[in-house]
Amino acid sequence: MVAELGQIALIIALVLAVLQGVLPLVGAQRNDAALMAFARPAAVAQFGFIAIAFGILVNAFVLNDFSLTYVANNSNSELPTMYRVAAVWGAHEGSMLLWVLILATWTLAVAWRSRSLPEDMAARVLGVLGLISVGTLAFILFTSNPFWRLQPAALDGADLNPLLQDPALVIHPPMLYVGYVGLSVAFAFAIAAMLSGRLDRQWARWTRPWTTAAWVFLTLGIALGSWWAYYELGWGGWWFWDPVENASFMPWLAATALFHSLAVTETRGLFKSWTLLLAIMAFSLSLLGTFLVRSGILVSVHAFASDPARGYFILAFLFVVIGVALALYAWRAPGLDTPGGFQASSRETFLLINNVLLVIAAALILIGTLYPLFVDYFSGAKVSVGAPVFELAFVIPMLPLVALMGVGMHTTWRTGNVRETLARYKWLIAAALAIGIALPVFGFGAPGPLTVVGTTAAVWVILASLAEPVQAAMGKKRLSAARMGMHVAHLGVGVFTLGVAIVTSYGIEADRSIRPGDTVAVAGHEFTLNRFDTVAGPNYDAIRGTVAVTRDGEAIATLLPEKRRYRLQQSPMTEAGIDASLGRDLFVALGDPLGDEAWSVRIQYKPMIRLIWLGCIIMALGGLVAMSDRRYRVRESATAKAGARDAAAAATTPAQEAG
Amino acid sequence: MRFALPLALFIALGALFSFSLTRDASLIPSPLLDQPLPSFSLPSLADPEETVTEHALAGQPALLNIWGSWCAQCGTEHAFLMELARNGVPIVGLNWNDEQASARAWLERLGDPYVVTAVDVEGRVAIDLGVYGAPETFLVDGGGTIIYKYIGPLTPQVWRDEFMPRLAQLGPGGAGD
Repeated sequence: MVAELGQIALIIALVLAVLQGVLPLVGAQRNDAALMAFARPAAVAQFGFIAIAFGILVNAFVLNDFSLTYVANNSNSELPTMYRVAAVWGAHEGSMLLWVLILATWTLAVAWRSRSLPEDMAARVLGVLGLISVGTLAFILFTSNPFWRLQPAALDGADLNPLLQDPALVIHPPMLYVGYVGLSVAFAFAIAAMLSGRLDRQWARWTRPWTTAAWVFLTLGIALGSWWAYYELGWGGWWFWDPVENASFMPWLAATALFHSLAVTETRGLFKSWTLLLAIMAFSLSLLGTFLVRSGILVSVHAFASDPARGYFILAFLFVVIGVALALYAWRAPGLDTPGGFQASSRETFLLINNVLLVIAAALILIGTLYPLFVDYFSGAKVSVGAPVFELAFVIPMLPLVALMGVGMHTTWRTGNVRETLARYKWLIAAALAIGIALPVFGFGAPGPLTVVGTTAAVWVILASLAEPVQAAMGKKRLSAARMGMHVAHLGVGVFTLGVAIVTSYGIEADRSIRPGDTVAVAGHEFTLNRFDTVAGPNYDAIRGTVAVTRDGEAIATLLPEKRRYRLQQSPMTEAGIDASLGRDLFVALGDPLGDEAWSVRIQYKPMIRLIWLGCIIMALGGLVAMSDRRYRVRESATAKAGARDAAAAATTPAQEAG
Repeated sequence: MRFALPLALFIALGALFSFSLTRDASLIPSPLLDQPLPSFSLPSLADPEETVTEHALAGQPALLNIWGSWCAQCGTEHAFLMELARNGVPIVGLNWNDEQASARAWLERLGDPYVVTAVDVEGRVAIDLGVYGAPETFLVDGGGTIIYKYIGPLTPQVWRDEFMPRLAQLGPGGAGD
């Protein structure tokens, strides 16, 4: 009975979403305050009903209600409670419900924080978010209902996919979704700007913190997924260029380009149509990510069960959302750009280069991801694009991006002088070159040319990001939170790049066969397998190896790699034994039994791999710092004043432009 | 004009996607359709000394079901396979990418719907069959020709909509009732 209430709540939410999507937009077009006033209450009520539906589904999982098909397929009475809750988004139906809950939460946040917006702008933004919600709720109700009953009820459930029974996987999907869906806010602001024909610097100021917030979550979500893949999949890699990973990475690149472009629009009133296009692209790529995972058109380890009906629905939804947005763009954007010049060495130029490189990177990944579809289309052959292709295609735009970042962030608006900037930081550049060469040579041994380029670029960005914050700490300079955030985020990029350069150049992987009592030497460490034990978990049995690691006879660590077999689904899972430190990871994963007590094991030495995730955390932190800037917390009076000033300074409407 | 360029690109991409959906692996007719079942010779799961060949499916319409004990979706369809077996549908199993001990334990625990299960030790036969993921089910007529291939767990609905009409076309003496 309770589950039916969940379904009813979703239907009511759909009705409210239609109201929220239609009335305020019509009201804004007709300048009808009564219709526009619908937006906020509808958003609040819609959130309430979706939250009720979600709560009911969580409850069904916690109470093991196996009369629901979705619960029976994805949970089990032996499953620990934490994973029962996580199982809610462990498969397609529930993850869509989480998606729409997150959309409703973002909408609620916009409704709450939009008091300072002009009424028609707030109504349009909330209206667009309402329309996106209509599509998603209809998708859930018509093709992916998690409240479907199972007749007769199952005695017990089929259990959650063991790959997902992991603490990082409990929070990875929600984080990622918060990021994906958060880009809908920037999208809604872009549509609202095009509908109203008003795109001024104030608009960019409203849009920027929302974009940054979504980007922070996306960054953390992707990093969590990478970290999980590293210790759980047993291969010890941290990025696989899997279609679904790419699907999360493309919106990240577009969002990164977007808030850099927004910086130009906010400060100089330029790049307007480009900013709009990036806002559309970022959210479109998020939707594309959802589409690729669920339609089954690309083969991926992450893929949900594919169903063509769902694929067609999502495709139609994508067509409407992206098609309408781009048609609106083709129609309205030409009138929005305002003339304004900047010199070749100004910060605008660097941000333009940043945007172009990021978009090229996203485009290359998109082409690589979709290449199998193209080939299928033209020749009918099935192919796949491997990681080496992606790595090469990605490094080409990224290395110049990282190298130019250090210069670009120190140039000034309008009339920068690169020569002067370089002269001011010549000692930093020299230091970066020295450290960039010395670190690999003395730390790890003879480097290749690409390694030196990578480490030097990374160290240069780290030093360049620290320059101003250090001056600020010494009291020589005052930094706004936005600028401090930029430096912190760029520091994260440098740390990340350093980690990638070192681990790709000096990581060692060795596959060995080993018996209890054997010792193998890898990367200057001796790994001794002491014994195997059998351990029982709540819903799995495992074989656990005890591996003692020594270096020159000195004990370093004891690693406990496990091979788990989940009782119900009988699938083997690898839990790697890892000794982690900032300098290096030692990694042992059990492979397969080779008979006669021997096992294949994969032993890895991964120098500085932690910097990869640490860098991502620092980047996200930078986003948070930037969002805290005082100018995004302006009160209504200040907003009105700034708005008027900007309107005089930069805003034009299509009508003016045409006339 | 340049502002319409994104729209044009998107429409081209959309056309590609709609095409890809129709080419969805579970929808496209396998190139093996109307072709004879590739011949194979594999050890039997129950008794590795025994050999299973494509002739295990000969004589009457039968199903070839690709499964593994690691495959969650195979668990979903298992109860329905048991029901089909009870109704006299001959099903030959192809155990793919699996450990034999856990495959045997799986059949002991959930029941064995298969006339016989061949173990595809090297995964060769799965490649010959163009297996995309487990579970997959081939419908083979009495003469050893592949009539239909279904990807994903079998359900009563799929059976009714996809398998029954084809079996009916094969005429009397079709599989099961």
